Amino acid sequence: MTRALNALALGTASLLALATANPAAAQDVAITNATVVTGDGSEPIDGATVVVRGGEVVAAGRGIAVPAGIPVLDGTGAWVTPGIFATVTTLGLWDVGAVSQSNDTRAGNSPFSAALDAAPIVNPASQHVSIHRAAGVTRATTVTMPSSSIFGGQGAVIDLGADPNAVTRPRAFQVVALDEYGARLAGGSRAATHALFRNALREASTLGTQARIPGTSTRRDIRTGDDVPLDPRLAGRDTQRSDDVLLTRFDAAALVPVVRGEQPLYVYVERASDIRSTLALKGEFPDLDLVLVGASEGWLVASEIAAAGVPVIADGLDDLPQNFEELGSTQSNIGRMVKAGVRVAINAAAMENPRNLNQYAGNLVALTRVPGADGLSWGQAFAAISSVPAAISGMDGRAGLLAPGALGDLVIWDDDPLEVGSMPLKVFIDGVEQPLENHQSRLRDRYLDLDTSDLPKAYDW
Amino acid sequence: MRKHVVLACVAAFAVAGCSTADGGDGVASASTRDWTAPVGADGREPFASTYRRYPGRPTALVGATVYDGKGGRIDNGTVLFRDGEVVAVGDAALSTEGYDRIDASGKFVTPGIIDIHSHLGDYPTPSVDAHADGNEMTDPMTPEVWAEHSVWPQDPGFTRALANGGVTALQILPGSANLTGGRSVTLKNVAARTVQGMKFPGAPYGMKMACGENPKRVYGGKGRMPSTRMGNFAVNRQMWLDAQAYDGDKRDLGKETLKGVLDGEILVHNHCYRADEMALVMDMAKEMGYEVTAFHHAVEAYKIGDLLRENDVCSAIWADWYGFKMEAYDGILENAAFLQREGACVVIHSDDANGIQRLNQEAAKAQAAGRRVGIDIPDAEVIGWITLNPARAMGIDAMTGSLEPGKMADVVLWNGDPLSVYSRPEKVWIDGALLFDAMDRKRRPVSDFELGQPGEGDVK
Repeated sequence: MTRALNALALGTASLLALATANPAAAQDVAITNATVVTGDGSEPIDGATVVVRGGEVVAAGRGIAVPAGIPVLDGTGAWVTPGIFATVTTLGLWDVGAVSQSNDTRAGNSPFSAALDAAPIVNPASQHVSIHRAAGVTRATTVTMPSSSIFGGQGAVIDLGADPNAVTRPRAFQVVALDEYGARLAGGSRAATHALFRNALREASTLGTQARIPGTSTRRDIRTGDDVPLDPRLAGRDTQRSDDVLLTRFDAAALVPVVRGEQPLYVYVERASDIRSTLALKGEFPDLDLVLVGASEGWLVASEIAAAGVPVIADGLDDLPQNFEELGSTQSNIGRMVKAGVRVAINAAAMENPRNLNQYAGNLVALTRVPGADGLSWGQAFAAISSVPAAISGMDGRAGLLAPGALGDLVIWDDDPLEVGSMPLKVFIDGVEQPLENHQSRLRDRYLDLDTSDLPKAYDW
Repeated sequence: MRKHVVLACVAAFAVAGCSTADGGDGVASASTRDWTAPVGADGREPFASTYRRYPGRPTALVGATVYDGKGGRIDNGTVLFRDGEVVAVGDAALSTEGYDRIDASGKFVTPGIIDIHSHLGDYPTPSVDAHADGNEMTDPMTPEVWAEHSVWPQDPGFTRALANGGVTALQILPGSANLTGGRSVTLKNVAARTVQGMKFPGAPYGMKMACGENPKRVYGGKGRMPSTRMGNFAVNRQMWLDAQAYDGDKRDLGKETLKGVLDGEILVHNHCYRADEMALVMDMAKEMGYEVTAFHHAVEAYKIGDLLRENDVCSAIWADWYGFKMEAYDGILENAAFLQREGACVVIHSDDANGIQRLNQEAAKAQAAGRRVGIDIPDAEVIGWITLNPARAMGIDAMTGSLEPGKMADVVLWNGDPLSVYSRPEKVWIDGALLFDAMDRKRRPVSDFELGQPGEGDVK
């Protein structure tokens, strides 16, 4: 692997000065002469320019004039891409996985399930947020996992900026496990899952009707600044319900936007037959806005998924029969689904850390050179970790793209960002250059040598 | 560099003399090595390897970039092998007369990839409870268990490791629930009906140990010792004292294994994350008279690279795993590079049925992290992290791990730079037999489990 030198240092001083002067303000900046990736599925463009003003991308491509008076970075040898959009993650919800006190990703002892809401518990100061920011992930969805019931709760779209305001879209989607794991949660059988699921949606449907509020809430005072309304019963007084209900009032209310199709439902599902049963739910609940998550056997039913217009957040490289619902898993799954016309993002939950998303995307490119395998073109692969997951998350045109009107989330890389080992030189979120320090970089700096001749390492900071 | 641990016939064990290393008539390359196959206290070799190399053509790989595994690189190189052994490695001047020539220009050749830390077979897929055979979680010390008795040879994971990862040999370890988990087994990644059919002829045994959170959590949770790190050490030290007192009069499986460690015949593979704890373990080893061969999952090894070098202990590590448990909180990307800077032994391992398919990529990530802080490690040396270094730490480096005349012809032909995400194995030979070929859809193993199931024989 050859690593291109880059000439970024030329413009760095002025930009850093700007950042120091007002760290929270979006900066105007142009990067020229770079290899630019727009994220829309097209191939990289050499010798191109990106212009960011007022926190948004205003232009990206070749032959773009840089407006007078804005700082210019010479991107020679570097790559510029939209920030990686990681979905589905638990970023900001835990510190140490096995330290239960620090881990909010599951709530198995809670009486609530669908009502769980990730938005108020996201910790933007989490090390994992900092570490993933330094790895080029600028925006993500984060969500609690199904644990007390098949419903996992409501996920949020967050940014990974070094500021207190992480949440871009609260309650962006609901998750439900209709897979083997969901069946264990539901009582031990997929039949129980389907009964529980249908019952839940009918209860929500009834509750929604009782509210006498067609469509969205009219209680503007309890809206929370996004396009997914808060059901009034989450904020107001109880309404009459039948005694014969399984869901708590909060859980049923949380499912009202799902059954109305106002909030996407992410369905964890792997087996081909389970995918078919999931798609068939649209016959019963026509308004459901479905997204498949996992879908290891998606390639076996790719044409049906495509015909249903349902997007997939697929496990990128699963190729083992991890359990009986993944017998057909193959690394070619995504390539085959895309070939069939399915919109596919790579699932960040199906790897050690979401910062491996670009490695996974690179592997899908590698498959195009393996006889009999199906992969993605470079541009398609990058889109599967940028614009596609962003669009599935309700950020179509706003994130995962370098195009006019998109948020100023961009990363300047030292080399091909899908190649293993490539790392960001600079990261911008909403047009603000981000600090890339974190616990790991501080440890790295301390242990650049093992010299303790004068003082213990503890004084090296 | 690790010193070579010479296996000898040990009096307490080899009552009836040494058995040969050769598990079968066909494995000529193993029978001439220093390694003596492990023997039981009765002098017989229990569960002996029945592996035999499969037939192969005399093969010349011509025009490739060759990484020999021991730090050498040859551009436009030639690799010759026949009868299961590497015959010659050189440049374009090497005569290929009498060999089937494969044009490898634009491609790369490495020794077979070796994973020092795998649970394939003892935690196979499908990962159902009925298959969870990797941890004998009923006692903190189970030196008497042998991982090979848990290995299910039909684990489809072996086939993926071969086809996608170019893995030709691997060590299967017991899990880390116990302070002393039992014997490991080293396998050839060649499909077989029995585990004996996969056992690497002449490979020494390893013994799994674990420090830190896992043993104290598992046994503390059962209301028994150890429930603390100090309890971990107390239990372990007493175990060694008891082992030292073993006279062999009455066979004791656990004591036989521990005695094998004390005699330098069985290599210790010690799961240990934290630097301070590794330092304590190395002192325990000195106190009790054994050697630690490698620390596995050593995420904090970079803090004590000097100490690890001085004690001649390898660190088997991931490139970027961190944070999943308290003792993994200080994991950094530069771990391997910092160890290399100190001259300590680096091995990249997987501990994972998916990661084992991408050890080359993990090594590349670790290399790149070093480059960013000014530690430039040549590609040819990085390949050693997943070939010769693990072979040394598994005690099989006299037989495999590098491309040298007389060694086993365990060879991977990559369709591009193996340190690039865009490259995959194109062909894999084990003992000179072509056992995976991306260009021939039938030249890939399919486990019994996958026959007649969705995706049988797929590229996976």
